[in-house]
Amino acid sequence: MSARTLLRVRRPGRLAAEAAALVIAVVVAFPLYWMVLSAFKPAGEIQSTEARPWTLAPSLDSFRRVFEQQEFGRYFLNSLIVAGTVVIVSALIAFLAATAVTRFRFRFRTTLLIMFLVAQMVPVEALTIPLFFLMRDFGQLNTLGSLILPHLAFSLPFAIWMLRGFVKAVPEALEEAAYIDGASRTRFLWQILFPLVFPGLVATSVFSFISTWNDFLFAKSFIISDTSQSTLPMALLVFFKPDENDWGGIMAASTVMTIPVLVFFVLVQRRLVSGLGGAVKD
Amino acid sequence: MTANTAPAKVPAVPGASGAPARPPRRRPASPARRPGWTPWLYLLPALVLLGGLLVYPIYQLGLISFLEYTQAQVSGGEPTTFQGFGNYATLFRDSQFWQVLLATVVFAAACVLATLFVGCALAVLLTRVRALPRLALMMAALGAWATPAITGSTVWVFLFDPDFGPVNKVLGLGDFSWTYGRWSAFALVLLEVLWCSFPFVMVTVYAGIRAIPTEVLEAASLDGASQWRIWRSVMAPMLRPILIVVTIQSVIWDFKVFTQIYVMTNGGGIAGQNLVLNVYAYQKAFASSQYSLGSAIGVVMLVILLAVTLVYLRLVRRQGEEL
Repeated sequence: MSARTLLRVRRPGRLAAEAAALVIAVVVAFPLYWMVLSAFKPAGEIQSTEARPWTLAPSLDSFRRVFEQQEFGRYFLNSLIVAGTVVIVSALIAFLAATAVTRFRFRFRTTLLIMFLVAQMVPVEALTIPLFFLMRDFGQLNTLGSLILPHLAFSLPFAIWMLRGFVKAVPEALEEAAYIDGASRTRFLWQILFPLVFPGLVATSVFSFISTWNDFLFAKSFIISDTSQSTLPMALLVFFKPDENDWGGIMAASTVMTIPVLVFFVLVQRRLVSGLGGAVKD
Repeated sequence: MTANTAPAKVPAVPGASGAPARPPRRRPASPARRPGWTPWLYLLPALVLLGGLLVYPIYQLGLISFLEYTQAQVSGGEPTTFQGFGNYATLFRDSQFWQVLLATVVFAAACVLATLFVGCALAVLLTRVRALPRLALMMAALGAWATPAITGSTVWVFLFDPDFGPVNKVLGLGDFSWTYGRWSAFALVLLEVLWCSFPFVMVTVYAGIRAIPTEVLEAASLDGASQWRIWRSVMAPMLRPILIVVTIQSVIWDFKVFTQIYVMTNGGGIAGQNLVLNVYAYQKAFASSQYSLGSAIGVVMLVILLAVTLVYLRLVRRQGEEL
């Protein structure tokens, strides 16, 4: 709304601003375009030193190489299982915790909130070493659990912090009314609060999905010998070879790996913008 | 509105919550005033996970950094010995550590400044264009944001490839190798980090600008304030809480860059010239099996980021925000 009124005030600069916005959009989108384009280029064109921004003979060879690679489908499925589990479970757990810290007053509440904040700052990568030994001691190395559990824990503090604003926004009067009508706490929690906070959960889940789907470090460190438990980033590395990288294969695998995240983003993008606004306003 | 969808969820939900349904007490007093154990029950799953997978590993990290812990102890069954500050002394005597620390700080600072500048500038730009260009820029930015770090890294390396990449062609750089020199390699990684992290700043700041009352901006504009002046004197002060959040998030993310450096410079560059603390710790621990040195580097990172957090908390507190 503010945007439109501003425009009416200063019209001359608008066309320049719009041209700039379009040019920047093209520049920002170019790497993705180049990735998809290169994935469809036949081998000869990729190896050509005359890099052309189009192809006249799109081919699926690179994709074929990717999918024929040992157990690529398996890797894809593993990535989906890990990211899906983390998204759903962390959303539920974070919802409960956010409810506790916003709708109740109890001792140590502020301390807990500060701890959730501090927990976000912890460099997760630095914990790879102790986590490696922890997973080994519990026999979790080379299992998907070794990827799910840490990501679950690390996505919680940010999710709780972000959900706070959404839970707070539900008026207390609604809660009182529910209890007067004889609703139990559990009933209020899941039948009234949960649906109302759901848009916030979706915005939050973007972050846990991305950080889990993109994870490279844990996948590289905890899945050491049993490649049937590997996730997609590892499948991508196969195409890097010491002397000549198989760029067609790398770009095709990258495309396959990026698509699910893009789909997820497109699905939630409207809620994302309003969700971020809601989270930072409070 | 919720009544329609709710009944379907009844059977599944109580089990999933892990919280047994308490019999309703038939007391309409606000639960905020009589919490009892309920909040702790709700917090239980989160606290268990965080305790086991965050707090305990931090303790372990600190512990390992004081021990002698190499391959011999990990798989050879040799007893671990207490080293005191020995590992830290080794680390601080190593000139490479100081070089990496400096590189990390400078690189993170450059990334944060670039990200904030581009993100805020584009957020303002978004408010000045009509729906179509706005949608185009928003979509492109979301695409960059959504791209996994590892695929983003590979694509950028390919774009700047000396033989097959289009960038050198367009710029007429011939077969200039970006990853060969220290500075050009860092610059390349910085571009990729900027590309994938400015969208978060842009979207968040844009959402914040939209929440500013229209009249305020209109008044400034009618008074003849330039766009820069509006940003400096009206938007930035009103967006202060949001700007603090995005700054801190950027500091934290950029200080911990791992994947981009690891993939784009092939594990830290030629002779480790592009190492940052995170990759350095990883290489020490998992490539040369010096787990205790790697842990000590991790502790150093933890301390630096905790210091940043404390500054952040003080800023938030000074604003009088209630937690």
